[in-house]
Amino acid sequence: MFSIRFLTFLIFLVVAFLSGNSFAKEPIKIGAILSITGPASFIGEPEKNTILMLAEEINKKGGINGRPLQVIIEDSKSEETQAVLSARKLIEKDKVVAIIGPSTTGESMAVIPIVTQAKIPMVSLAAGTGITQPVKERYWIFKTAQYDRSAVEAIYQYLKKKGIKKVGILSITTGFGDQGRKALLELAPQYGIKIVADERYKPKDSDMTVQLLKAKSAGAEAIINWSVGPEQIIVVKNWASLKLGIPLFQSHGWGSKKNLQLAGPSAEGVIAPLGRIVVWEKVSDKHPQKPVLKKYYQAYYQRYKSEPGTFGGHAHDAFMMVVGALKKVGPDPAKIRDYIENKIKNWPGVTGIFNMSPNDHCGLDASSFEMVIVKNGDWEILK
Amino acid sequence: MEIFLQFFLSGVTVGAIYALIALGFNIVYNTTSILNLAQGEFVVLGGLFMWLFFQKMELPYYISFFLTLLTAGIFAFLMERLTIKPLLKTGDPLLLILITIAFSILLKGLLMFIFGKDPYGYPPLLEGMPILLGGAVIQKQVLVILAFILLTMIFLYFFFNKTILGKAMKACAFDQVAAQLMGINISRMVMLSFVLSGIFAALAGILITPITFMEYDRGAILTIKAFTASILGGLGSIWGAIAGGFILGIAENLVAGYIHSGLKDAISLVLLLIMLLLKPAGLFQKEEEVRLKKL
Repeated sequence: MFSIRFLTFLIFLVVAFLSGNSFAKEPIKIGAILSITGPASFIGEPEKNTILMLAEEINKKGGINGRPLQVIIEDSKSEETQAVLSARKLIEKDKVVAIIGPSTTGESMAVIPIVTQAKIPMVSLAAGTGITQPVKERYWIFKTAQYDRSAVEAIYQYLKKKGIKKVGILSITTGFGDQGRKALLELAPQYGIKIVADERYKPKDSDMTVQLLKAKSAGAEAIINWSVGPEQIIVVKNWASLKLGIPLFQSHGWGSKKNLQLAGPSAEGVIAPLGRIVVWEKVSDKHPQKPVLKKYYQAYYQRYKSEPGTFGGHAHDAFMMVVGALKKVGPDPAKIRDYIENKIKNWPGVTGIFNMSPNDHCGLDASSFEMVIVKNGDWEILK
Repeated sequence: MEIFLQFFLSGVTVGAIYALIALGFNIVYNTTSILNLAQGEFVVLGGLFMWLFFQKMELPYYISFFLTLLTAGIFAFLMERLTIKPLLKTGDPLLLILITIAFSILLKGLLMFIFGKDPYGYPPLLEGMPILLGGAVIQKQVLVILAFILLTMIFLYFFFNKTILGKAMKACAFDQVAAQLMGINISRMVMLSFVLSGIFAALAGILITPITFMEYDRGAILTIKAFTASILGGLGSIWGAIAGGFILGIAENLVAGYIHSGLKDAISLVLLLIMLLLKPAGLFQKEEEVRLKKL
């Protein structure tokens, strides 16, 4: 009898000890809403990989101030409704202290009211201007992807330097193309640039010769094309076969080695504003971003045998900002928000050097892009 | 003038693509009076499998070419035996057309599963710089497509008009009961027509991929364009498919060039509406002949 009682006592003691122990080390929970499947999966996949990799690294080093970090990743299936449901679950059931994502502008916009109401800081990985502006209504929202406008500014600054005044623009009729076209049209006067042709094409169009030729015959001294996917490669091929004799600029969506492979020799001479992660090897060692880029790229490539690209970079920066805040101020949503808004200054990330402020919840400008030209089938930074 | 010529030649490029796919439409329509709306997916299948054999497995061009056609033939065979055959007896063209749509969704999903979402491409049959024609350029691959259109046309013309098998297939579309009474095995003819159209669609895919690239979800838009081209020329007419394809391609590019590129797709719909209102049988067919068919 005694022995059974003793045993029970012992078991209780052990259980109490174990649970007490785990109580002291209860994990800090943060959430991530990513488009892992669906049409935007090419964005969500490297983001998911990045976050898993970084979280593992942090926990291996003993977590955050002795507590393990738990990242709860939700797949939004590239749908707004699913993103909203995921946000509700993360906030109400998992009680996370911060949210990373969603991956696309549409999903981010859908989630904003919920996180704002719940007073949980969110760092979106999408580019849309509306995510962080007007900043007064976006108290809890940050983002780590550059504005489309910054890419346009980078191109226009370059054109101004080269003395090119008349441009023809081509854009695809999707959200990405519309945003880019809007920024191109709006910003042109500030740089003394005249848009002489404003041509459109649809997803899956098979030939853009006509649009290119029209722009050229309207007197364009350069072409700017705004699209992602196979259409931007067709534009490059048409441009090369027409031998237009004027430079072709692409959007920041051009930065993938796959594009260079598909376009082949046609891509020679194409210029685009690209994030430094794409050309990290060619970035000067003195650049403050260089160590971050090198560490992130090499770790990612070693683990996943593929390039992280710009999208992975957005996730890296969002995650590291949140982790930095957690280390300094602990798992308090309001304090995390204040930290990101006020303490992220001259902060070198993968995407750029961030300068957050109460008036700017993105903290990046045109200087986060390098103008990159295609030379001998590889990227080369233009000075 | 130079600019007009370039607009025109770009129209020929796009038109050739539409025409080649529209040809495949007619094979099934001529046998069964139904439309195979999975046609575009078979084009995608052709382009993607060609990439697999030619680029990934590095087989010679001609072996990859025939392997791709064989793969498409097998897929089309399975499609007909598993989905069309069990319901052919209902004799309801609408039901069968809906089934082809369902199959197209299935096939699209399958292709996405195998190949992912990236676009694929490979070098064209004739490499090198585009040809200059009086100040305008045209890609060499377009000439290859034109040659194949000619071959396909000749083949289909002789097949449907001069061979017993072709005539038997054609008879099925007009009156299945009468055809059966004449000793024609309807089920086999329908199967054959699906396999043929699948193979021709894959051929189109193989030829256009070097120009447009290919990804899993390009099928739907190709189906729509080819369908419009077929209607313009008259469903079931070989000449009609060719003419419809080129008219559509050239009209699209002239509108894009001289009016605005945003109106490119509108013009195809306007043409379609005018045609359906004024001459529903299409440019190359008689009203009486069309009325004999079921749809």
